[in-house]
Order: sequence, then structure tokens, then C-alpha cells
Amino acid sequence: MRLSAADLDCHRGGREVFAGIGFHLAAGQALAVTGRNGAGKSSLLRTVAGFIRPAGGRLWLEGGDPELSIAEQAHYLGHQDAVKPSLSVTENLRFWTAFFGADAHKVQDALEWVGLGAIGALPAAYLSAGQRRRLSIARLLAVKRPIWLLDEPASTLDAAGRGKLTDFMQSHLAGGGLILAATHGALGLSSAQELSLDRPAHARTDKTQPAEAAP
Amino acid sequence: MTPLTALLVRDMRIAVRVGGGALIGVLFFVVVVTLTPFAVGPDLALLKRIGPAILWLAALLASLLALDRLFASDHEDGSLDLILTGRAPLELVIAAKGLAHWLTTAVPLILAAPLIGLLLDIEPPAQAGLVLTLLVGTPALTFIGVVGAAIAVTLRRGGLMLAVIVLPLTVPVLIFGVAAANAAVAGPVPFGTPFTVLCALTLASLVIGPFAAAAALRLDIE
Repeated sequence: MRLSAADLDCHRGGREVFAGIGFHLAAGQALAVTGRNGAGKSSLLRTVAGFIRPAGGRLWLEGGDPELSIAEQAHYLGHQDAVKPSLSVTENLRFWTAFFGADAHKVQDALEWVGLGAIGALPAAYLSAGQRRRLSIARLLAVKRPIWLLDEPASTLDAAGRGKLTDFMQSHLAGGGLILAATHGALGLSSAQELSLDRPAHARTDKTQPAEAAP
Repeated sequence: MTPLTALLVRDMRIAVRVGGGALIGVLFFVVVVTLTPFAVGPDLALLKRIGPAILWLAALLASLLALDRLFASDHEDGSLDLILTGRAPLELVIAAKGLAHWLTTAVPLILAAPLIGLLLDIEPPAQAGLVLTLLVGTPALTFIGVVGAAIAVTLRRGGLMLAVIVLPLTVPVLIFGVAAANAAVAGPVPFGTPFTVLCALTLASLVIGPFAAAAALRLDIE
């Protein structure tokens, strides 16, 4: 399986966010997307997830299920955790497992793996930000999908949580998965390639600043 | 459990739990209808004449109440993004969410209608007809409403916008719903004519609503 992008452009609100982005990501590889705030890391992930239509360029997947879109074979872990406060921890995870058409038998295991096994019956309203993130991560473990799109996955996690996340990512890669992660810190993966969105943005700023300042 | 059943069950669970809004709709309905005799006065003939219209108006407003949260809550917590990465078609997802909304807000209201009808001097045989019009007509209100909910999803205070978008579109349903209910209560027009049109409006909105809402949602997400 191989996920590729060529000459990808993204426009948001009439402004260019990034242009000419390309990458190749084969099975078992991880790509860390880095860049300053506003460089378009999240937009790139949302473009790959199919939420934003690219303004130009191509995005394709070789070796996946041809019946399914890239988004339908991907897990998207965004800034929001998609946790319903009035449902219990288990109910939350069980819903996503069923909605993604996976078997429910891994729900309890996934909760144990992320360290929420003991509080399955607790309403999710009582979870801390880090625990909500762990519940979100449990979704990736309970439902098997080859592509992981992670937007700042470690932002609210403690040190132990980060360690676990690295382990999960490593075993996902070992199983032939792909990871595309937007990050400020280190991913903790020795094999990760890096895609920096900074340089084209600086070049663009230099070019357009005088024009913007002129009127 | 299939993806769509899972969604239906989840939405119904959320609706009946704390802060869910299922009971708010039926309480609002009861309050509005109960207030009418106080406002209009104890003129039974008048109440009987305007009774069906009051019940229908109250049902319309009550079904709008929880509608603005239908997609907005899923949008705010990121669930909507994940729903889009699911393999269920968005149109069917919307139909399932609409069905969950109808089951949790409109059905309790339909069950309360016969009791409330007594306050407006509507007799039991006529009440059966009135309940039937609500049972057939409220799905149309919900499925016209989902389009407005989908359009207003990214707006703060989308509820007001929603009312402005949706209420004009519900005029035909209101006309034929009240006409059928009036025919059941007072005659002399046969019940069947407006009732058939009401059925047609519901069927049409069941088909058009999910597609229109899905198109609006796809634009909103971008």
C-alpha cells in the first residue's frame, strides 16, 4: 500500500495555505508534518482525510481497497476528541466501533491498552482532556484501518501516554500501516520521514509582502 | 449492530439523557397548548374551532426546539468529521439522525396530544383523526428541519437562523395538516383530501430532505 500526493494546493477562505506539496508514503512508513502555526499542517491532514477539496494537485492510494475512498480507509484523530459527555466511556467507543463496521470484541481490550479499562462505566463528561484523548486513541486500536492521520496526537497526553502512543504507532507501522502525523514535538519514531511546510510559506511571504503593503 | 442502527441508538440515548432535549420538546408543546385557553378565554366553541391549529403550531415549534443541535453538537466535538470517514452514505446517516430526532421529540408529543386535546374541547373520535395527522405530518417537519439544521451547522446561535430558514418551508405541511385535522374535528370537508396531500408532502420531504442536508453538510465541512 502506498499513499502519494503530488503538487497539492490548498486554499482556505480565499487564501493560499500551502502549494506544491508532494510526498510518498509506503506501508510501514511514517511521515511527520512539521511547520509553524498556520503553516497548514492540519489543512494537509484534513485534505488527505477528504474534508477539504484540494485546489490543485493529486492525491492517490495504491494497493488499497479500490471500492473505498482514502478517507474510508483512514482514521482521523483531530484536535477534537468526538466524545459525547452524556455517554459512558464504553458506550462512546462501542458506538464508533459499530459505526465503522468493526467487531465489538476489541472494545474492552482497547480501553485496557489506553489505560481506561477501569472506568468504562463512567460518563465521559468526567474525563480529563488527556483521558478524552486516550479514549479517542482507543478508537484507532479497536477498529483496524491502514492509514492513521494524526493531528497533534500527543498534545494533551502525559509522559506515560506519549510512551504508549509511540508503542501503538510502532506496532501499527510493523503491521504494515501508514501514519501521517502533524506535530510540533518529536513523534518518537526513529524511522519517521519529515515534511516541513515552512519553507514554501516563507518564500511566499517574501514574495507577496511588498505587494500587500503597497496599497 | 449496523453503522446506521448504532447511530440511531446513540442519538436516542443522548436525547433522553441529561441535557438531551427530548423531554423539553414535549414539555414546551404541553405548555403552549395549555396557555392557549388562558389567553383566548373559556369560549369552548372558539377553542374547538382553533384547537387543531393550536396543536399543530405548538407541534411545529416544539419540533424545531432541539433541531439546531442535530448536527451542531456533532460538528463542535468533531464527531461529524469521523462520521464522514465512515462507510455509511451521508444521506442515510442524515436519515438515521432525522429518524432518531423524530422518535425522541415528535413521538412523545403525538402521545401527549390526545390528553392535551381535552383542554381544547376536542372529542375522542375527532382526536383520533388529529393524532393521525400529527403522526403522518411531523416526519415532514423533521425532514424539512434537517436541511435547515445542516445549513446552520457552522453558525453560532444557529437556532434563530434555523427557524428563519425552516418555518417558511413548513407552510404547506401546516396548511394541509391543519386542514385535515379540522376536517376530522369539525367537518364538513372530507378528511381524505387534505390528508392525502399531507402524506404526499411527508413522502417527498423524506426523500428530498436527506439529500439536500447532505449537500449542505459537505459544503459546511469545507
